[in-house]
Amino acid sequence: MLHPITTNHYLVLSVILLAIGVTGMLIRRNIVVMMMSLELILNAVNVNLIAFSKNLQDLSGQVFAIFVIVVAVAEAAIGLGILIAMFRNKETVQVDEIDLLKW
Amino acid sequence: MLDTMFFYMFALLAVAGAILTITMRNAVNCAIALIASLAGVAGLYLLQRAEFLFAVQLVLYIGGIMVLFLFVIMLVNLDSAAKERQFHRHWITGAVAAILAGAVSLWLLSRGTPTLKAGAPQTLPAANGNIEQLADLLFREYLVPFELASVLLLLAIVGSVLMAKKRTN
Repeated sequence: MLHPITTNHYLVLSVILLAIGVTGMLIRRNIVVMMMSLELILNAVNVNLIAFSKNLQDLSGQVFAIFVIVVAVAEAAIGLGILIAMFRNKETVQVDEIDLLKW
Repeated sequence: MLDTMFFYMFALLAVAGAILTITMRNAVNCAIALIASLAGVAGLYLLQRAEFLFAVQLVLYIGGIMVLFLFVIMLVNLDSAAKERQFHRHWITGAVAAILAGAVSLWLLSRGTPTLKAGAPQTLPAANGNIEQLADLLFREYLVPFELASVLLLLAIVGSVLMAKKRTN
């Protein structure tokens, strides 16, 4: 029953994590939780990169995963900064209440 | 066999944490669930012999980004938000679309799997460990992106300070 783990297992797990992240991005109203879903999506990408890095015995995949993490950090810092500025002006974190530009 | 067991354990942790992250009502609980999910993914990195990324995941993601998130949750008052409706009006459409996209990805994956090369047999790790090899690659082949990443981080620091600063005039 306990068969060895192949690259395919990691790819399937990555798809599942990605789908959960996209679902969270689409259904939640709270922008903080939406940004957490974004982190989930980036993590799913990293799982994929590491799986192929192992499969091909090539460390470039891990280097790319490092760059993905760097971009995730930058995105989180900027995004949370924007969020604080927005909360100060609008007093809400629900994305469907921020509809100033919506006709 | 132990590898298989650990894989399912960490995978379960990652997926359960992810599901709890997008369904919990209180944002702090969401953050805690996300930490569990990230820890599960970190365990998977360790199983794949990516020790450096394991450390980065623990120190940077769980220790850095998640603390940032928790700080923002503290600064932004989310108590009223927790009492309100959590999902969009059209949340069913969104969920169906995302699950369909996942199903299509899985279907494509199942079609592509037979052509996926089994990969080189798992050789013993080279004489110098994962971190040395990674550093070699990072500072030789990927030096320019590495330096660009530092510029990006500098921009992120300045930008987030500018964004979060109070306007005084």
